[in-house]
Formats: sequence, C-alpha cells, structure tokens
Amino acid sequence: MTFKEISEQLNLNKQCKKYGLSLWQCPQFLFLIMGIIIIFSSLTIYAIGTKYIEDPYLVALTVVFITLILFIIAVTISKNFERLAETNKMKSEFVSIVSHQLRAPLSNLKWALEFIVSSSKTEKISEKRLEYINILKENTDRMSELVSDLLIVSRIEQGRLPTRTEKVSLKEVAQKIIKELEIFTKASNVTISLKADANLPKIPLDVSQIKLAIENILDNAIRYSIKNGKINVKINKKDNYLYFEIKDGGVGIPLSDQKYIFQKFFRSGNALRHKTEGSGLGLYIAKSIIKKLGGKLKFKSEEGKGSTFWFILPIK
Amino acid sequence: MTKKILIIEDESALQKALGDFLGEKGYEITSALDGELGLALAKEKSPDLILLDLILPKINGFDVLKQLKEDDKTKAIPVIVLTNLEEMSDVDKVIGLGATTYLVKTEYKLEDVLDKIKQTLNE
Repeated sequence: MTFKEISEQLNLNKQCKKYGLSLWQCPQFLFLIMGIIIIFSSLTIYAIGTKYIEDPYLVALTVVFITLILFIIAVTISKNFERLAETNKMKSEFVSIVSHQLRAPLSNLKWALEFIVSSSKTEKISEKRLEYINILKENTDRMSELVSDLLIVSRIEQGRLPTRTEKVSLKEVAQKIIKELEIFTKASNVTISLKADANLPKIPLDVSQIKLAIENILDNAIRYSIKNGKINVKINKKDNYLYFEIKDGGVGIPLSDQKYIFQKFFRSGNALRHKTEGSGLGLYIAKSIIKKLGGKLKFKSEEGKGSTFWFILPIK
Repeated sequence: MTKKILIIEDESALQKALGDFLGEKGYEITSALDGELGLALAKEKSPDLILLDLILPKINGFDVLKQLKEDDKTKAIPVIVLTNLEEMSDVDKVIGLGATTYLVKTEYKLEDVLDKIKQTLNE
C-alpha cells in the first residue's frame, strides 16, 4: 500500500482541506507523523533495553511507560494544533461573513453618492458641498476595495478561491490590465511600457486570479512611483517557465521593511509617508495567488531608487 | 420610444438611487421590493429589461429568474443580475438559468450598469 493510499484512507487531504492548511501545518498529518516517530522510538528503546537490561519484564515495562509518555505528548500537541487550526478557520469565516454583510450598506452608499455627483451637473450644488460629497465618494470606494480585499484574503485562507483553468496569454492579460489602469496612470503622471517575447506560449491558469495578482503589483508600482515615472513590464520565456517582471523607479522599500513586505496589512514606513491609502493586503494576495498557481513571486528594491517585482509560472 | 426597466431589489436605498439615476437617463422605471411583486410586474408591464437582485424576500432571485424564463410572456426579456453574491457557482447558476449578464454591485459604478443596459438593449 502506497503512502497516498494510506493518506486517502485516513482522509488526510479532506481533513487538511477543511482548515485550508498545508500538509505540514495540518494537525491530523502531524499526529500521523508523531505516531510513526513513537513507533520508531519504542523499537529503539526496546533494542537498547534488551542490550543493557537483563529482565525482559523490566524492558517491556520501560518501553510501555516511555511510549505512553510520548503518546500523551503527541495527543496534547496535536489537540492544541487542532484548536489553533479551528480558531484560524473561524477567524477566516468571520471575516468572510462580516465582509459580505458590509457589502450591502456599502453598495447603497456608493450608488447614492454616485447619483448625487451625477446630478450635480444639472442641479446646482455649491463647490464646497460637492468637494465634501467627493470626499465621501472616494472614501466609500476605498472601503469597498478594502472589503473586497478582505473577502479575497478570507477565501485564500479557507482555500475557497474560485478557480476556472483555461489557456491564458500573459501578454494579453497584461495589455488588458494596462489599458484598464490608464485613467490611474494618467492621473499619476506615470507611463507603462510592455515588452514581451514573440510567440509566448499560453499557459493553463485562472485568468481572474492572475489578473488580480498582476493588478495588485502594478497598482503598487503606480501608487509609489515618483512624478513622470516609468514602469517597465517584461514577459519572457525561460526554459520551461514564463518570467514576468514589473520594474518601477518609485520610492522603493527600506531594507529593514523588506522582510515584512508580503505580510498581511503590512505597510512600509515610506509608503505611509508617500500615500496614506492602501490596505496592505495587495502583495499578500499577489504572493498567495502566484504560489497557488505553482509559481514564485520575488522582488528586489532600493529605497529612493525603485523596486522590481517578478514572478515565474510553469508552462506545464 | 421610452424603454421600460423593471428593478427587482429589496434594498430600498439602492433601488431608489438606481431608479432615479436611470430615470434621469430617460428610462421608464418600475420597481419591486420582493420577488413575488417583481414577477407580477414583469408579466403586467412587459418591460424591455429586468435588473434582478438574488437575495429577495418571498421568492428569491434564482426562482424569479427561473419562472421568468419558463413563462412565454416573459422569457424573451433580458435579465441583468445585480448582486453581491459572487461565488462561481452562483454565476454559473444564473447564467445557466438564462440571465444575460451578472454584475457584482460593490464592484460596479452606476455608469457601468448604464453601459451594460445600453449594450443589452443595443442602444
């Protein structure tokens, strides 16, 4: 019987999926590993015992005693892991429910404000009041984005991110995103150039997921670019994977902050000085998605000179 | 000729903002706060387009859509689903039931909804 068959019999995959955790963080899997360690320990103790202790009853008693102690420790550890995993799952579900509940009042606010702004062209609203209405509108949009990001994060953590795999052209996805971000890039006085190898192969991906990942990286590149900044997007084929790079000449990430950059809600000190908006979830989402798609997201950055983020995805 | 739009939406604030906005754009608006009234109005008024929420009192949006598409009198009316549910299974279900398109409310502006309406009505 193979390990996979044993694993299926023990329903490990299903058990671990329930918590949205990897195998090495899953309580049931860890309990299995500890069980194997206990068996080996018991055999080792028996082998050593028979060598140094003459009385077989005493050897048996020692083995039983130590095995029992190890078993109690294993059960305690795995129970605690299970409790942690359960709490983590509940937290993700809570975030998901709250985000959903927030969406209805947010939609009401958003559309009501959009209606007022659109009517201001025909009905007279003083400049000053319109300015306040626009502040309300911008902040409602910000809250909508935050709620959307939280929902995505909770889906990632619960392993419930919807997936529909199809053959995708990364170049076409990049072109589409750049076009969609045109208003934002113009407003930020930033230009984006795209260079892609000819005849890049299409790769099996979920198009909305990869779009979300690229959007988040590109959004940061624009947000933290300096005026009249340039962003270079490059797509190359290297061996059996595709290489996607986004290089900006923006504010960069201080060295001391670089190790935290993919953490949830983390925002670098100079990012906060530069732009107060942003949830600190974008790069966490991008990294999680790229990892889920079988790739890797990395970066290099120098404060004051800019950042380069790149990811690789297998062609398969 | 003025095009008629039926909005079936239980959030009265949202229904009002959407209705007033589309009214100003020259459409004739009829609204229903629940699925039962929505179905009755769809048969009575024969609108050119229906904007349908999914979570509705009395009859939910999925059933409203199903009944609209089963009735000879209403099956040709294009239905745009407006909701905050965005699970893939929900999208598949409403498209399978015959909805023209599916919009997540928090992610779309009123102007985007207007564009979709114009597109659907070939304007």
